Amino acid sequence: MMHHLVQLAYLVATVLFVFSLHGMNDPKTARRGVQAGILAMALAIAATWAQPSITHHGWILAAIIAGIAVGIPLSKVPLTAVPQRTAISHAFGGLAAGLVGTAKFVLWSVYEPEELSQFRMGAIVLEVLLGFLTVTGSLMAAGKLQEVKWIPQRPVTYPFQNVSNIGLLGLAVLFGVLLVLNPTGSGAGFLFAGVILLALAFGVLLIIPIGGADMPTVISILNSYAGLSAVAMGFVLDNKLLITAGALDGASGLILSIMMCRAMNRSFTNVLFGAFGQVQAVAVDSEVRHYKPETIEGAAQVLEQANLVVIIPGYGLAVAQAQHRVRELYDQLTKAGITVKFAIHPVAGRMPGHMNVLLAEAEIPYSDLIEMDEINADMPQCDVALVIGANDVVNPAARTVKSSPIYGMPIIDADKAKTVFAIKRSKNPGFAGIDNELYFQDRTFMLFGDAKAVVGELAKHLAGGGGH
Amino acid sequence: MGLNKEGIVGLLLLADVTSTAENAIKHATVSVDYWSLLFVFAMASLLGFGVIVRVSRLLHTPLMSLTNAISAIAVVGSIIVTGHADYPLGIRILGAIALFASMTNVVSGFLITDRMLKMFKQPGGSGESKR
Repeated sequence: MMHHLVQLAYLVATVLFVFSLHGMNDPKTARRGVQAGILAMALAIAATWAQPSITHHGWILAAIIAGIAVGIPLSKVPLTAVPQRTAISHAFGGLAAGLVGTAKFVLWSVYEPEELSQFRMGAIVLEVLLGFLTVTGSLMAAGKLQEVKWIPQRPVTYPFQNVSNIGLLGLAVLFGVLLVLNPTGSGAGFLFAGVILLALAFGVLLIIPIGGADMPTVISILNSYAGLSAVAMGFVLDNKLLITAGALDGASGLILSIMMCRAMNRSFTNVLFGAFGQVQAVAVDSEVRHYKPETIEGAAQVLEQANLVVIIPGYGLAVAQAQHRVRELYDQLTKAGITVKFAIHPVAGRMPGHMNVLLAEAEIPYSDLIEMDEINADMPQCDVALVIGANDVVNPAARTVKSSPIYGMPIIDADKAKTVFAIKRSKNPGFAGIDNELYFQDRTFMLFGDAKAVVGELAKHLAGGGGH
Repeated sequence: MGLNKEGIVGLLLLADVTSTAENAIKHATVSVDYWSLLFVFAMASLLGFGVIVRVSRLLHTPLMSLTNAISAIAVVGSIIVTGHADYPLGIRILGAIALFASMTNVVSGFLITDRMLKMFKQPGGSGESKR
């Protein structure tokens, strides 16, 4: 009887999880989706805990309380740090899967070798491999995003990098295959420890050659791995709820990574093994070219004359925490009857949808956040394109320069606007390390300085200058 | 192109299954119906693709934190390993750490998703719209 009740609870939880994700279709229904997810999770926890075979309640309670104690502060990070938080939570997910897999392996191989079938062994190997590589990979990604000092920000490359990485993974898979062939063999413990160590090492080495611009894809891939490791746990424990919920997460991560790859016109393999940014020295021209700087006053005057202003935000906006100043500028412009739209490139920022969340935080209505494909149709009518902390996503080299590492990447057509203002912290090239043609064209003027300060001053000028 | 990685995972899984098929008959002690588990996995993945593709692009960041919370369903496995009456101490310690890690994701995942979603405002309205 209990068995049937638990299975029923799991079934209901699965349905609620699907509803939960379905709610994310639209910002209007999304919060209801979260509620469905919370209900499903509570149901799943209660049903599992209520089983008669579960007796160590103190242990469960202590672990749950500790989880809540760490989880609450982690949910309160500033929105600019959401990519790091996401990476850390992937690491936690991978850790849980890896530990449960290890526990089941030890349990079965020491106490109940007859239970350790080849199917289960295969599932455990997958679970542990995906779980532990997600742990170190995600921690590395989080470290890069947080700009931890001893983790290099720029891609690190060395000779035979891909060969040795693939060799390492191949070795782990070989160990796994040996384990599956003979799950209870004499060397099984050593092989298993080998799989864990190789997975941990592979996670680190996989992320080392990846630069900041590729983080949206990498985070999505790790998201998918965390989900698939939960699926593998479901195979190990013969639990269908783990399989369905894990599969939903796996599918989500996979779709997001495909979208990110498309938005950069690159393949999975190219992101993981291509070491973006390696080619930085190539694109430099021999002739010395000059930026045309513009003053705040000048820029404010041009903005006042505009009908349509398109703001193109990038990671620099997040770094400078400029979203609230952007809101002030948005208010001043709309007050003067000027239409303001935001052009959102899918890979702007450090994770999928990063810019939308930051601008939503600054209370900019989401109907003014326009996707790349849609806004590009309007760019020729745009009077002023204001580029804030974005670089590669507006670089026309993506259309024309075949040797450029971003060649073929779809971009926001800032160069088609009548006037372009670009706010830039320094004269250095962007993350991909490529010169940006846009900054040197006739109608482009540079506003050098911290994005937050520059946008704030622009807003102040528009507020004060409107009267006279 | 984009399916490379997942394809490999799928193949590995299939390879495991086919190699176990014959042996499972010999080792009749373990009676896991892995075919039905694989069916569940395949169907849930397809359903997942169908649902996720329709998710608003505006909400991709909250989507990722929501799926973080959902994949923290690993709590279920962790509770079993932590609390099972017959399991030795060492196993339960591993389970408790796993339970801590996944519970962290449950709590922070749902909370931050809701926190972000609250910020998405419609034009004109000061709060979220109610329909």
